Amino acid sequence: MSILLQFLTGLVFGTGLLVAGMADPAKVLNFLDLGAIPAGTWDPSLAFVMIGGIAVTWLGYGIVLKRARPVFGRRFDLPTATAIDRRILVGPAIFGIGWGLAGLCPGPALTALGFGSLASLIFTAAMLAGMFAAKILGEPTRRVAAPEAL
Amino acid sequence: MATEFTPIASLIGGGLIGLSAVMLMALEGRIAGIAGILSRLLPPHRDGAFAGRLALVAGLVMAPLLYAAVAGGLPAQRIEASGIVLVAAGLLVGFGSVWGNGCTSGHGICGLSRLSPRSLVATLVFMATAIVTVFVTRHLW
Repeated sequence: MSILLQFLTGLVFGTGLLVAGMADPAKVLNFLDLGAIPAGTWDPSLAFVMIGGIAVTWLGYGIVLKRARPVFGRRFDLPTATAIDRRILVGPAIFGIGWGLAGLCPGPALTALGFGSLASLIFTAAMLAGMFAAKILGEPTRRVAAPEAL
Repeated sequence: MATEFTPIASLIGGGLIGLSAVMLMALEGRIAGIAGILSRLLPPHRDGAFAGRLALVAGLVMAPLLYAAVAGGLPAQRIEASGIVLVAAGLLVGFGSVWGNGCTSGHGICGLSRLSPRSLVATLVFMATAIVTVFVTRHLW
């Protein structure tokens, strides 16, 4: 049941991306293209996706997180990191460059895969390689840091 | 390529993304960050939630089938980047999202909804570098 509902969750997310026009990289890039404002071809749609997404999530989290535990889990697994360290600056900076180059980020890339285009397949394969590299490179620092934390 | 400004559709689509984030929190108690969900499918694995994550990813990939069945066709998808640019972009998006613990959904939607200062910093940084990248490639190159 839990697996089926997570499939449904992905389906709702992907449908949201499609309805919002965010599975179309041209629309994403036209939002990021502030230089197009004078020409009148800037497309502010992505800001409305953010507003709709944040409004519903903020309201929903407010209700859900009052409960003792999730339906299928033992506890709510919320991020605990609060430090504004180098990683939270460097990671998103790198991510943003890639996002600006192709207009694709992880969610839309996966939904774009469902269109069956070769371009989205190439992007997703490279994205998985990048994710794997970051996981591997991120590990040693954690192992070295552990004894110091003790 | 010019695209049409779609405030209502984008607001509704954003709302559906938010609904799915609330669903995952209510059901599994987890953040709906796609970078985090996808990267945790890669080894090394740290918990036993693999099947659920795979199911969510399958839902994302199969959404166009549902959409096409209901709407009678797919919306536009214009990927203008060439092969080598797609590879570079994919590597940067994948690496950066894992290094920074989140992407547009994890930090931009879920993190901001939790009023996380860390996610606000991350969102402002990736918006800024993406805007600069588009400016350079479209107006300076």
